[in-house]
Amino acid sequence: MSEQPLKRPATPMFRQIQDRPGLKEFALGVPGPAKVIGAVLGLVALAAMAGIGYLVVDGRLDGKWYDIRDLGNMIEGLRTWLNDQGVDHRITWIITGTIGGTAILSVLGGWLLIGSWVERRLIAKFQVRVGPNRVGPFGLLQPLADALKLMQKEVIIPRGADRFLYFIPPVLIFIPALLGWGPVPWSEKMAYLDINVGVLYVIAISSIGVLGVFLAGWSSNNHYSLLGAMRTVAMMVSYEIPISISLLSVVLLTSSMQLSEIVAWQSHYHVWMIMLVPFAAFAFLFATTAEINRTPNDIGEAESEIVAGFYTEYSGMKGGLFMAVDLGHAILAGAMMSTFFLGGYTLFGLEEWIPGYLILAAKIGAIYFLFVWLRGTLPRFRLDQLMGFAWKFLIPIGILQVFVVAVQASVFARSEAPALITLGAFAVVNLAITVVTVRFWADKLGYAPSQHATKPVLIKGNTVGGLKAARKIRSGQ
Amino acid sequence: MVLGFFALSGITVLSALLVLVARNLLHSLAFLVLSFLGMAGLFITLSADFIAVAQILIYAGSISVLMVFAVMLTPLASRDNGNSLYVIPAALGGLGLASLIGFVAIDTDWDERSTRGLAETDFPATSNVIGDLLLGRYILAFEIASVLLLFALLGAIVLVQERQRTSRSQDEGDA
Repeated sequence: MSEQPLKRPATPMFRQIQDRPGLKEFALGVPGPAKVIGAVLGLVALAAMAGIGYLVVDGRLDGKWYDIRDLGNMIEGLRTWLNDQGVDHRITWIITGTIGGTAILSVLGGWLLIGSWVERRLIAKFQVRVGPNRVGPFGLLQPLADALKLMQKEVIIPRGADRFLYFIPPVLIFIPALLGWGPVPWSEKMAYLDINVGVLYVIAISSIGVLGVFLAGWSSNNHYSLLGAMRTVAMMVSYEIPISISLLSVVLLTSSMQLSEIVAWQSHYHVWMIMLVPFAAFAFLFATTAEINRTPNDIGEAESEIVAGFYTEYSGMKGGLFMAVDLGHAILAGAMMSTFFLGGYTLFGLEEWIPGYLILAAKIGAIYFLFVWLRGTLPRFRLDQLMGFAWKFLIPIGILQVFVVAVQASVFARSEAPALITLGAFAVVNLAITVVTVRFWADKLGYAPSQHATKPVLIKGNTVGGLKAARKIRSGQ
Repeated sequence: MVLGFFALSGITVLSALLVLVARNLLHSLAFLVLSFLGMAGLFITLSADFIAVAQILIYAGSISVLMVFAVMLTPLASRDNGNSLYVIPAALGGLGLASLIGFVAIDTDWDERSTRGLAETDFPATSNVIGDLLLGRYILAFEIASVLLLFALLGAIVLVQERQRTSRSQDEGDA
């Protein structure tokens, strides 16, 4: 032992962290020619940005087909061009619809390819691990390798399984993750299915997935599967109600069920819904994690208790589809959350400069990061806690919130005062009501922090465990 | 439009038939959901988007899950139960319903209702109109329905409520 004794135990992990180069060392370590080339490229990029900025300010881009701030312009240009060529409007409609659908499919498919790598790397960072880094550069080809491995596997159908219903759920469970993208506005003209019952459509589509979960559990003739399916279905059915209630407050305030209208309302008043109805936003986020089976609410497929939950018996790519759909659901939930509560594709006027779809993608990424963060940090709830939280906590307070918001919406529709004052007052009132009701209700249900004063006790000296420490804790030091 | 109508109605009618033919209750449930979805598609071709979405939300999404639970919790569900005497009233009821629909279909002047009527009408957004009517002209029916639902909710809570502590302690005393 020639080295200096460390204060902490020198585990390999600590050494690895200490040896990792920081940002400064990394920047200094870049070779000289690379620095020069990088500087030149950066200057060129800056000049190009200045040119684009000039064009944007000039207004020369507005509405042209090459205005890529809004890819809807391109589709509209194509449509007018086809009309000028004398093409039947039905064929035009089919062509543009196919392009839009392909775009959504490719975004989702690209995410499914890369998503599992992103999630595993991120969660490895949270747990101070390295994560997959062997297959390809940075381990980027890992999802591909996984998919190939899953496809090669034999499809095992359990004895006594219902062969007809066994094959439906992997397909059925993909429907919500796919069709849910329809009404999401990516930019002003970039909503694929801008129907005026968008909010209802979102809820309706997400309720179809429940059936897939149940059929998967029932048809595989396995008690683990059936139990997992029962738990998941009970959870999803319960948490659909808080989702509906929280979306109801949004619809009441914006007085529209069209998703693009909701975003436009938030953009018009320069406010995010999460500021106006904080409890609804929280309820939506929490209920969504239950709906898409993510931690802290992933009791339906709790690995340590009931194997893989409702899809225990699915092998090969069928099981892989169930795992992949989690990723798809996660970004769809991020899109919904940012559309309803975080201003969608707008960012206080910045959408004039940066393409709206990039802003929405950044917001989706932020929500997804939050999901991964929760997964890396929180333990999962017990089933009864989870159901109790929905029925005893989210739903009563949500209903109260809806009543308050209904009054506010009618005040907002009638008042002559500037929107800044009324909306500001609503925000303050709603925040106060949220804090008071949450405290009061938690107190009444017996979950207030004051009733469970379990503060960690600081123990001085070297006594970490044993009788001495126990005596110290008991004496309350 | 015509193609869509025939495809959707074909799906709906065929899956409705398969509901009857399928021996396994869960199989017929799957076909029932398919039939509901086909009906939602038919509503979309009629540009009644609110009813279409409500059809998916209520029938395909919720009622089917309710039925699944009912099938699961019924012990005799997996048994072949097509041979009971309920066939006779069911057949009578079905016959009555079919004759009613047939009478209406024959009696309606489709030429006026469909071709000319479709050409003259421009379809407004249905959800606004439905909302206006529900909270205006049909407010009483709306309120009665909501009170009924509230009673159903309360009834469910009362049914599954735990027994009072006194009765439980009595039971323990007896044991």
